[in-house]
Amino acid sequence: MSWFLRSKANIVEDTQKSMPDGLWTKCPSCSEVMYKTDLEDGLFTCKKCSYHFRIGSKEYIRILIDEGSFRETQDKIRSTDPLNFVDTKDYPSRIVEGHKKSGVNDAITTGVGKINGREVSFACMNFNFIGGSMGSVVGEKIYRAAKYSLDKKVPFILISASGGARMQESVLSLMQMAKSSAILAELSESSVPYISILTDPTTGGVTASYAMLGDVNIAEPGALIGFAGPRVIEQTIRKKLPAGFQRAEFLLEHGFIDLIVNRKEMKQQLSNIIEWFYN
Amino acid sequence: MANKLTFDFEKPIIDLEQKIEEMRVLGQQIDISKEIKDLEGKIEELKVEIYKNLTRWQRVQIARHPDRPNTLDYINNCFTDFVELHGDRKFKDDPAIVGGFANFEGKSVMVVGHQKGKDTKSNLYRNFGMPNPEGYRKAARLFELAEKFNKPIITLLDTPGAFPGLEAEERGQAEAIAANLLLMNKLKVPIIVIVIGEGASGGAIGIGVGDRILMLENSWYSVISPESCSSILWRSWDFKEQAAEQLQLTAQDLLKLKVIDEIIEEPLGGAHQNPKQMYDVFSKVLAKELQTVSKINKEKLTKLRREKFYAMGIWQE
Ligand SMILES: [Zn+2]
Repeated sequence: MSWFLRSKANIVEDTQKSMPDGLWTKCPSCSEVMYKTDLEDGLFTCKKCSYHFRIGSKEYIRILIDEGSFRETQDKIRSTDPLNFVDTKDYPSRIVEGHKKSGVNDAITTGVGKINGREVSFACMNFNFIGGSMGSVVGEKIYRAAKYSLDKKVPFILISASGGARMQESVLSLMQMAKSSAILAELSESSVPYISILTDPTTGGVTASYAMLGDVNIAEPGALIGFAGPRVIEQTIRKKLPAGFQRAEFLLEHGFIDLIVNRKEMKQQLSNIIEWFYN
Repeated sequence: MANKLTFDFEKPIIDLEQKIEEMRVLGQQIDISKEIKDLEGKIEELKVEIYKNLTRWQRVQIARHPDRPNTLDYINNCFTDFVELHGDRKFKDDPAIVGGFANFEGKSVMVVGHQKGKDTKSNLYRNFGMPNPEGYRKAARLFELAEKFNKPIITLLDTPGAFPGLEAEERGQAEAIAANLLLMNKLKVPIIVIVIGEGASGGAIGIGVGDRILMLENSWYSVISPESCSSILWRSWDFKEQAAEQLQLTAQDLLKLKVIDEIIEEPLGGAHQNPKQMYDVFSKVLAKELQTVSKINKEKLTKLRREKFYAMGIWQE
């Protein structure tokens, strides 16, 4: 993992936004206390229990894409406020906050890069940007990233992390489900591989559209994946949900995920899968 | 008007109607037909004033009226020779989605829609129009049947959402909806989508990808219901009216946002006030839309359908 260690200095800077302050971090799963640098070396997984911390596109690019090969695309697209949406805050201030919190411009980052030498079109959601919610910008960036795959005949890799569609764009967000599925229909008809990686959490309209439509659906261990959120289900059935419900392992057992891959093995496994399409 | 559910905002109309009733009784002794006629004219003016200025939340209420025509009502009144086809051939039949063969003005079509009940008993049977995965998979099976025999598809949307249940998750609610979005983007037969009541979120769009998307005048279509939006963003159930306003979920809003193609006009006060008139208008519009899409070359139709959705969304760059 030397490619990773070399750029560690940058990572510390980038991940401060998503990780707790200070030199130490406590695992939310087993309470193990770790040096942040150790956590980074372990690709943000707990060295004791293997809990996968939530990370964003900057970290995933470093983990999965060959060093120096990534070129971000569509970075000029920005969310506007088409409905002048105001709840307890107005939507523009939520966008500004999301930007501050995540360091990225919207809930998805797209680009092109190489995975062990193979060019791919790569898209990765940012949960720290308004809960990774899908609005017009997410839909359009997915459309363009998938279109790049279609035109260049290179695999499309998409990492999901999202609470679902973005309420502040109402029906426009909902329509992104159909829009992203439409371009995936084109990929499917042209036999361009689409690999979907579902990370913690992937729920709502994102799961019910592109996240579930991979030629291969990969999940990270323990990731919450579902349509309805656990709280909504508990309110509906008025019962506590069983342990492990809607976790990656549960989805694998029920037949909706092809495989679960530990983040530390993700690049190699992704590369193996990509090679299958070429050889 | 006896026993019919009415809304607060209709109270001025109901009061006047009651007054006329009282005068009619009185009118058996003395001639006050002119006064009654004046009042009737006033009621008509009042109705226009109230129903043409409905708030978004008031339209949501009309969309949920228990007497509002539902999918089977449209099937039974606007189509002929309906043969209901049950089941997804995988797990079970879902009564929250109905569909089957039908004839529309001399031509075979496949019609599929969310199905709500009219009372407690039928609503329990229909799960209040909230489908499970097998409902979406039944729809997919019927869409594929239509494709195989080259028949147009008509879908009617009327759901408070896909069912958020434990078994629904186990059986892949998300996958079932996602698979339908992909399938409907691949089909080569014409698809006409009509929102007849409630179009709530993924549960609605799960049968909602088409060449033409129409909405009844008092239906709504949104990423989330006003109540759920209120509970998430305001952390309280009390802001549903504001949420409805913010979500811009009416037919007029969606036409402005270029999400839908056309609004189907309802009888004054809503489809439930005059179902027969509603069925006539519905049939006329559907006939026109079917004729339009049927003229388009099949290969081109799918391409145009995708381009229609590619154009949706508002951003800056
Ligand atoms: Zn741990």
